[in-house]
Amino acid sequence: MEILQYTEEHQSFRTRLRAFMDREVAPHVEQWEQDHIIPKSVWKKMGQEGFLCPALSSRYGGIGGDFLHSVIVVEEISRTNHSGLATPLHSDIVVPYIDSYGSEELKQKYLPGCVSGDIITAVAMTEPDAGSDLASLKTTAVEEGDTVVINGSKTFITNGINSDLVVVAARDMEEANPHKALSLYLVEDGTPGFKRGRHLEKMGFHSQDTAELFFSDCRIPAENRLGTKGGGFVMLMEKLQQERLVVCIMAVAAAEFMLERTMEFCRDGSRHEKPLSKSQAVSFSLVEMATEVKIGRTFLDKLIMDHMEGKPVIVETSMAKYWTTDMVSRLAGRCLELFGQFGALERCPILRGWRDARVMSIFAGTNEIMKGIAAKFMGL
Amino acid sequence: MLELNRSQKEIQKAAREFAKGEFDKELTVELEKKREYPHKIWKKAADLGFFGIQFPEAYSGGGLGVVEACLIAQELCRKDSTLGMVLTLSGLGAECISRFGGKELQERFLPPIVEGEMLCAVALSETEQGDDIASIGTGAVAEGDQWVINGNKKYVINGGAAGCYVVLCKTDFDAEPEKAFSMIVVESDREGVAATDLGQKLAANMMPATEIRFDNVKVPAGNLIGKAGQGLSQALSFQDEVRLILAAQAVGTAEGALDRALDYVKQREQFDRKLAQFQVIRHKIAEMATKTELARLIAYEAAARFDNGKADTALISMAKMSAAEFAVAVADEAIQLFGGYGYMTESEVEHFYRDAKFIQLYMGTSNSQKDNIAQSVIGKLK
Repeated sequence: MEILQYTEEHQSFRTRLRAFMDREVAPHVEQWEQDHIIPKSVWKKMGQEGFLCPALSSRYGGIGGDFLHSVIVVEEISRTNHSGLATPLHSDIVVPYIDSYGSEELKQKYLPGCVSGDIITAVAMTEPDAGSDLASLKTTAVEEGDTVVINGSKTFITNGINSDLVVVAARDMEEANPHKALSLYLVEDGTPGFKRGRHLEKMGFHSQDTAELFFSDCRIPAENRLGTKGGGFVMLMEKLQQERLVVCIMAVAAAEFMLERTMEFCRDGSRHEKPLSKSQAVSFSLVEMATEVKIGRTFLDKLIMDHMEGKPVIVETSMAKYWTTDMVSRLAGRCLELFGQFGALERCPILRGWRDARVMSIFAGTNEIMKGIAAKFMGL
Repeated sequence: MLELNRSQKEIQKAAREFAKGEFDKELTVELEKKREYPHKIWKKAADLGFFGIQFPEAYSGGGLGVVEACLIAQELCRKDSTLGMVLTLSGLGAECISRFGGKELQERFLPPIVEGEMLCAVALSETEQGDDIASIGTGAVAEGDQWVINGNKKYVINGGAAGCYVVLCKTDFDAEPEKAFSMIVVESDREGVAATDLGQKLAANMMPATEIRFDNVKVPAGNLIGKAGQGLSQALSFQDEVRLILAAQAVGTAEGALDRALDYVKQREQFDRKLAQFQVIRHKIAEMATKTELARLIAYEAAARFDNGKADTALISMAKMSAAEFAVAVADEAIQLFGGYGYMTESEVEHFYRDAKFIQLYMGTSNSQKDNIAQSVIGKLK
């Protein structure tokens, strides 16, 4: 029996999405990779078809789906052999902050745009001096009556250039306990004092815009705070679980994609005197990798189910995040070797995947942080 | 263990100082983006005698050994793995002319290559994957005092930019593989030579790579390297020599990644401590240092034996395979230690990782090195 029970509605969602990807995404990937950004119009098209924020209630324009819809979106993007279309970050990571913690006014104001693709979101946590150590964030928020003044700089922000609305983590300098000092605020594009810095060049994820953000006496209305003052750390901890799970899905789906392409190459008898897969060493390698992918997929699907049932899976999510992202990188490296020197060419069908895979063990909490969390919750 | 002599230490120091003075990480990024060959630095390196150090002095070479060439490759790659790799592959194929070519060929080709007047390229493999050089279809037929060459080489580093190609051709279509091949030098301006760009690469985009087609290309009989029929053994010996250089590049690449990771963990603070104070980080550094040292030991042992006339093909394959694997692992860990910054171009470590992977994929991946090693270790079965 399959672990995840996809309904017919899910299947038809996948079928429609795959057709959309074939039509609107796959043909443009090369161009977007060169441009280092994806046109906003693609987001709007996705929104029109109901592929953004599928888990949101119909009250805000969503299709009222569940996390399996999100899983489908992540998997189908992976099949287009690029990782830049960061709609899962928007739909499953940033928008849930607004949906869970925003006031009804904020939700009415922003969520319909998030669903339609008119509003692209980003979340700004990481700073030049605070990556793994969230408690050491330096960006400050001073609440002055009905306005909040934000100062600080953020870096490595996904959708950093395209974003219309940013969830910013900032601290109250008056509060000594770092775990009670953070709050989350919504900052709109165009707010005076909010500027974008460099569009950063990276090893991979080329089609995705990663940028620095700067806040200099940036004034926003006090009602743009999400949840309670000082509740930011707890909110982040709570939502990071789903973020990490999304990364696991991305990792396993990318591994499946690369393995499939590599097996096609190895089975192709037209390239060599005999197919590479007839080499015993090659076939054993492929079997080992297929085994790892299966183990990853089984663990992941069980975890998705538990997550959807609301079970406490913080240890398992940390384990899965470190293991699946290490696995995808390890697999990409081994697959690339099977291509030989052809693997060193961009036209090799998995080279982009190899470059993209490398960051997965870093973002959404490095794998070292994952092991630290697991150790703590395992009572070690 | 290999102890460097005084002249070797001087060469090492000169290469280190050259790289320090001339390499510039912003320039590397720019050249990579534009896919532009580092002509200026290449010429300067040539002026200082960093190329062809193992070639005869009579033809502008240094009259020294592969160990010296390895020291240069290592030091340049340590400072910048991309530039180091590109520069030390600028005369790729000239090793064949130097080892096996006659006086006339050496005179014609070695000085311009060593002096930075001409890039050289080697055209061996005909499959995309690139491992099997014995299954080659490019043919050269003797017609009067000329060779007429036809064929297609799939993967030629420096293709399109090189002044000459050292081409492995089948010259005896009836003979056993051991005697069927010859190496012939083909000037790139001969009629019928056409290069097709292979496009963006995993790494070292400033260094061109192309397919090369030879369509009824005629070269003088004298362009044959050594004697007809010796091509395969020449190619194997050439591969040994280049694999040693690649191993040394891998050593330098590992060192460069380790240097940067060390600097970073000593200054970066998270959770109120330097990264270098966390036990797991310290152990990662320990593993990286161990791998770098192992790479160095095996690469130089293999190179020293080559220079002493005791070239050990299996050991060379072991060195190429393990040095490249270690370099990949060290650079991979360096990215991890840098965190998000490690994935950014400006951190440099990401290109050390890509360069290490390139070295691993070029001139025989681990699987084909293992085939070589096994053949030698197991020997012929009764």
